[in-house]
Amino acid sequence: MSLLIEKSLTEIHSMLMAKEVTATEAVKACLARIEETEPETKALLAISGEEALKLAEEMDQQGPDSSKPLWGVPVVIKDVLATKGIPTTCGSKILEGFTPFYDATAVAKLKEAGAIIIAKSNMDEFAMGSTTENSAYKTTTNPWDSSRVPGGSSGGSGATIAAGQCYAALGTDTGGSIRLPASFCGCVGVKPTYGRVSRYGMVAYGSSLDQIGPMTRTVEDSARVLNVIGGHDQRDSTSVDKPMEDFVAALSERTDLSGLTIGLPEEYWGEGISEEVSESCRAAITKAEELGAKTVPVKLAMTEYAIATYYIIAMAEASSNLSRFDGIRYGHRTKDADELIELYTKSRTEAFGDEVQRRIIIGTYVLSAGYYDAYYRKAAQIRRLLREDFNKAFESCDLIAGPACPTTAFPVGELTADPLQMYLMDIFTISLNLVGMPGMSLPVGMGKDTNMPVGLQLMAPAFEEKKMLQTAHVLEKNLSELPKVKL
Amino acid sequence: MSDEKLNLEEVARVANLARLDLSEEKTKQFAGQLNNILSYMDKLNEIDTSEVEPLFSPVEHTTVLRKDEVKKEHTREEILSNAPDTDGQYFVVPRIV
Repeated sequence: MSLLIEKSLTEIHSMLMAKEVTATEAVKACLARIEETEPETKALLAISGEEALKLAEEMDQQGPDSSKPLWGVPVVIKDVLATKGIPTTCGSKILEGFTPFYDATAVAKLKEAGAIIIAKSNMDEFAMGSTTENSAYKTTTNPWDSSRVPGGSSGGSGATIAAGQCYAALGTDTGGSIRLPASFCGCVGVKPTYGRVSRYGMVAYGSSLDQIGPMTRTVEDSARVLNVIGGHDQRDSTSVDKPMEDFVAALSERTDLSGLTIGLPEEYWGEGISEEVSESCRAAITKAEELGAKTVPVKLAMTEYAIATYYIIAMAEASSNLSRFDGIRYGHRTKDADELIELYTKSRTEAFGDEVQRRIIIGTYVLSAGYYDAYYRKAAQIRRLLREDFNKAFESCDLIAGPACPTTAFPVGELTADPLQMYLMDIFTISLNLVGMPGMSLPVGMGKDTNMPVGLQLMAPAFEEKKMLQTAHVLEKNLSELPKVKL
Repeated sequence: MSDEKLNLEEVARVANLARLDLSEEKTKQFAGQLNNILSYMDKLNEIDTSEVEPLFSPVEHTTVLRKDEVKKEHTREEILSNAPDTDGQYFVVPRIV
C-alpha cells in the first residue's frame, strides 16, 4: 500500500489544506489502488475516475478551501444512494443502467463539503443480505482474506475502506448493514440515530429502519463525515429537526473514560459467540475499565424476539417499497409482454434476485388480509417492548457494549443455502434498528483462530452519538492498532 | 410439514399478488424456506401483547407540512430519461383496452 493511501481521512485532509498533496494526487493514488486491488476485492460497481480527476484538477486550480471539511477527499458511495450522473443500481438487475438526475441529500452534503466521489460500492441487492453475496453483479471479498465474505449489505463500502481504495465510504444500515461489514473488515462503522441523517435519495428497503452512516479507518474520520451528512432535511419527513453537535470537536473533550458506565447485556455475552470474538471484546472492555469506565450488567430480555420482529417489519416494508419497480418509469422491462399486468410480472420476475423475491413474498403474506394482525401488528407491538427494554437498560448506564457479530468473517458460500441461518447472524445489530438508537462497530483486535478482525459494538440512547464516539475514540487510542491488510 | 403455513398453491397465489411468477421448482424451494421462516416468526406468540400499543416508527414526531407551493424541480426530459419506453412526452405501456 502506498504511503498516501495509508493515511486517514483526517490526515489527508490536513495535507490537502497544507498543500503537501493536491486533490489530483489524492484521487490518482486512490484510482491506482483500485486498479491494483479491485480484481481480487470486487468492492466497486461504477468507477467515476475521469470525472473525479477532472473535478480534482478544477479544485486544485482554485486552491484549498478551509471552509470545506472534506475538501479534495476521495470517497465512495454505497450504490443504494442516488448520485447525479453516476449509475445507481442497488446491486440489482432491475436498475441496471439507471442514472439518477439528482443527488441523495447525504451525497449532496458530501459534495458541498468538498468530497470527490470516485466510485459506487457493491452491495447485497436492495440491501438484503449479510454477506454481499446477494449482489446481482459480483461477490465482494474480504480484503483481509479473499476466501471470506466482507459482511453485508454494505460489504463493498467495508471492503473499499479495508483495501485502501478511498478515505471514507457511505453505507446504509437497516439491520446491521454498516456495523456487520465494519466488524468483518476491521473498520469503523457508525449507524446514527434514526432521523439524524436524511434518507432522501436513498432507495428505500425498510423505511422505518434504514439509516445512512459513515465507514472509515478511524473514529475521528467517522465523526467528520457524520458532521457533514447529519442534520434536518425538509425533503425527508422522518428527518428530525434537532441541532447538530460538532462531533469532531467533542472528541478532544475526553482523554479517559472516568465517570462513564457501560452496560453489558448478558444476552450479548453468553452462548453462541465464538471464543475468539468473546476474547477480543472482553479484552476491550477490560481496557475500558482500566481507562476509568465502570461496567454493570444490564438485561435486554427481548433480544431473543428481535430477529423475528425485525424480519416481519423489514419484509413488510420491503414488499411495499419494491412495488415501485414495475418496468414503466425506470428499470428493467421485459421484452416479452402483450399486456400491462404481464409486463409488471415478467419485468419483476426476470430482474429481482432470489432473496429479494423471497422477502417480497413473505412481506406480501404478512401484510395480507387475515394475517396483518398476527404478524405485522404483533411485530410492531413487540418493537415497542424492545424499545422499553433499551430505555430501561439505559437508566443504569450511559452506553451498552457487546460484540457486533457472533463470529468473525466466514467463508464465501457457507450460509447462502439457508436464509434463516443467515438472518441469525444479525442477532446483535438488529434491535437498534427497531428502536432507532445509534450504534457503531469499533475494531478491537484480530481473532486468534481465524486471524480476522473483531468488532466491538457500542450502543447509545437516541441522539447520544457524541458520548458513543468519544468513548470509541478513547478506546481506539488505547488499543493496539490492527496490522496492515496485505493485498 | 405439520405446521406448514403455505402450501404450493398459496405460495404461487401470494407471489402473484406481488406480481411475481415463480417456476414450479422455485415455488417448491421457496415454500420450504418460507415455512421455516414463518414458523420461526411464531416465536412472537410467546409474548402477550394485548395491552401494547404498536410502534411503527422510531420517530413519533408530528409531520410538519411544507407550504403548498408549486415547484418545478425536474424537467420532463429528466423524468423520462430512465424510462424503458417513451414517446418524448409520456411513458409508453402496452395497450390496456
